[in-house]
Order: sequence, then C-alpha cells, then structure tokens
Amino acid sequence: MDVPLLVTIVILTALAFDFTNGFHDTANAMATSIATGALRPRAAVAMSSVLNLAGAFLSVEVAKTISGGIVDDTKITPTVVFAGLVGAIIWNLFTWLAGLPSSSSHALFGGLIGATLAASGTSAVHPAKIMEKVLVPALASPLIAGLIAVLATCLTYRLTRSADGKVRSAGFRAGQIVSAGLVSLAHGTNDAQKTMGVITLTLITTGALPASAGPPIWVVVSAGAAIALGTYLGGWRITYTLGRGLTTIEEQQGFTAQISAATVILTSSHLGFALSTTHVCSGSILGAGLGRRSADVRWVVAGRMLLAWVMTLPAAAVIGALTSEIATTGTIGVVIVVLAGAGVAGGAYLVSRSKPVTADNVVNGVPEAAESSETFEVAA
Amino acid sequence: MSVNWAALGEVFLVGLGAVASVVVMFSVGIKGISRRVVTRASGGTGSAGLVVAVSCFATCTFTVLCGLYLIVSH
Repeated sequence: MDVPLLVTIVILTALAFDFTNGFHDTANAMATSIATGALRPRAAVAMSSVLNLAGAFLSVEVAKTISGGIVDDTKITPTVVFAGLVGAIIWNLFTWLAGLPSSSSHALFGGLIGATLAASGTSAVHPAKIMEKVLVPALASPLIAGLIAVLATCLTYRLTRSADGKVRSAGFRAGQIVSAGLVSLAHGTNDAQKTMGVITLTLITTGALPASAGPPIWVVVSAGAAIALGTYLGGWRITYTLGRGLTTIEEQQGFTAQISAATVILTSSHLGFALSTTHVCSGSILGAGLGRRSADVRWVVAGRMLLAWVMTLPAAAVIGALTSEIATTGTIGVVIVVLAGAGVAGGAYLVSRSKPVTADNVVNGVPEAAESSETFEVAA
Repeated sequence: MSVNWAALGEVFLVGLGAVASVVVMFSVGIKGISRRVVTRASGGTGSAGLVVAVSCFATCTFTVLCGLYLIVSH
C-alpha cells in the first residue's frame, strides 16, 4: 500500500484511539465529583477536558511509550501499529459499553503486542518486560492507592466528625474540585503523550522524521484536541459505575479518593514506578468506600471490574493479532480492517443508544428506557 | 522478572505520608471554619478558628502547588 496513505490512516487511527482514551478515562478524574454534586456533570467534563488539553502541552519530555521495550521496535511497521491501534479501540469500545473502567494503556499495549506477535512471531515480544511494566503495576496500583485511600478516609471521618455539617459539605466539595483538577492534569500529561509517541514513531519509521525527533507541533495539537474532545463527550457509562455503581460516595470520600489518586500517580511517575491511572483511581474509590463505617461496597461490580482489568491486555492482544493478520495481507486487508473498525464503532454507538447513560441521568440513576432526542447527542 | 520492591515501597510510603498530611491539614482547616461559624452564631468572634483554618488551608495550597510543579516539570 502507498506509504503516505498508510501513514495517514495510522495517524487517524491513533487519534481515534486517543479520542476513546479521553471518554474512557473521564470517569477517573470526575466520577466522584459528579456523584457528590461538587460539580455538575457538564461542568465537570468541561473542566477535565480543558485540563487534559493543557496537560498535553505541559509535558516536554516525549514519552517513548509505544513499546518501552515491550515489543522489538525494529520489527514494528506502520501496518502493525495500525492493527494494534484498531485492537485497542475495539476493546475500549467494548468495555465502555459494559461501563467498565479498564486501562486504555493496557488496551494499547495489548493491541500492539498481539499485532507484533502475529506479524513477527514470539521473538519480537519480551515477556519479562511485559510482566515488569504491565502486570506488576496492574496488581500494585489498586492495592497501594486503595490502602492509602482507606486510611485517609478513616482519618478524615474521625477528624471532622464534630464539624458543622454544612461547612464540612461545602469544604470537601471545594477540595474535591481541586483534587479532581490535579488528576485530570496528570492524566493529560500521561495519556496524550502515548498517542503522540505512537504517531511520532510511525513518522520516524517511515522516514518522514529523523530518528529521535520530538513530536511536531501539529501532532501535539491534534493529540491534545482528540483526548480533550473525547473527555468532553464524557464516558457517562463508566462515570456511573465509578461514581454510583461501586459504592455510594460522600463528599469526604470523594475528596480522599481523589487526593490519594493524584498523589499516588504523581509519586509513582516521579519515583520511576509507573502505575496505571485507571487502576489507581478505581482502587482509591474502592478504598474510600471501605474506609467509611457502614459503607456499602458492591463486590459484584468490583469483581466485574477486576475481570475487565485481567482481560484487557490479552483480549486487546487477540483482536490486535486478528487485525494484524488481515491488515498485513495488503491493501485490501487494510481496507477490510478500516471498515470493520468503523463498523464496530458504529455498532457500539447504536447499542449504547438503546439504553443511554447521559449527563442528565448519570447522577440520579439510569432509567429503564430514556428516549429523548437530546440525550442522544451526549450519550457517549 | 525483577520487581523493584524498593521503588514500590517508596511509592507507598511517600504517597501515604503526603496524603495523610494533606488530609489531616484539610480536615483540621474545616474544623477551624466550623468552629468559627458556630462561635460567631453564638456572638463570639471566632478568630481563633479562622487562624487555624487559614494556616491549614495555606499548607494545603502549598502542597497542591508542589504537586502542580511536579506535573509541569515532569
């Protein structure tokens, strides 16, 4: 296939992934603030969107995240990257439909691993690196964040027990807004970078950019815009799971959950032990739920979440391997994968409309059949 | 497979320390405001509560700014 055309397809697919990344992860930063009423749903996603965009511009260090040693860089071709991205997008859409907060990074890694395996065989994948960079952090993130959140929640309730109810409510809501902002900003600096890394690497492998070049400004702008747009449309299904489904969140818990998440994300990225944002945020919400006396944690929901976490990498890998098998056969293969990807996205959208979760019903519960034309526009 | 237990432990301890200090400061600050509101309602000045609150929230703001600096300089 014509190389410039293929590169264009890869870039568009990477931006599409970035978009799904945005609406998949809105919930991480905003679910608890929306659930307690600290922020109205649309205000929350608008704020998160702006901070994600800002975060994309803030970080000057180019994340070489596409492989990070997980797959052999020299064996990656634009077609393999394309197949991996499609695998990641399809899995992200599937978990979004199910309302499950799975890790977008795991989906990306999984898709790329699967696509590389199918294209170049097992020698191109480094299992030890996968364990070290993906599996151990996946187990450690929710445990660390959850444990810290349990302790923080206990402390907060104990310390503010005698405080005036109104003051306490207003104070913790304000605290929630600031801490949610921190999580969003940290998210923007991490996740928008991943897409920039994918696009830049593709440009380098095809010779459009010199080796070790940084992302051109149009890559930074488009990646930032894609994640911001996705965030603004809001992944209401996942927001509902994290804000209402997992446990009932009060103001103090929202605050401690987000402060714990923001702190753990920041310390881990600075001490060289990269943790997954999604897992940290879900873990800290669960921890905040456990830290309140007489709290109700719905373990069925937690179990489904855990299952989605475990499944994400292998499932995206299987889809990535399949798309890779098809796409590497040639031009027709790439066209088939593009059409299949678009078909899955369209199908997911249609299925989501039959039982939409929107900005209007994300707080008070999901009606059995919400059928109004306005809700469709924001049913993302 | 090599798990960097030291880094993992460090993330946990530093995270715990930072979270605990922010949470304690914030909670004490909220109690300060609450005391001021209650005292003023019964005719007092409530300035002691205000002093506590202001100093606690100032510490929290400083911590948040440190966090922002970490994000920006990363």
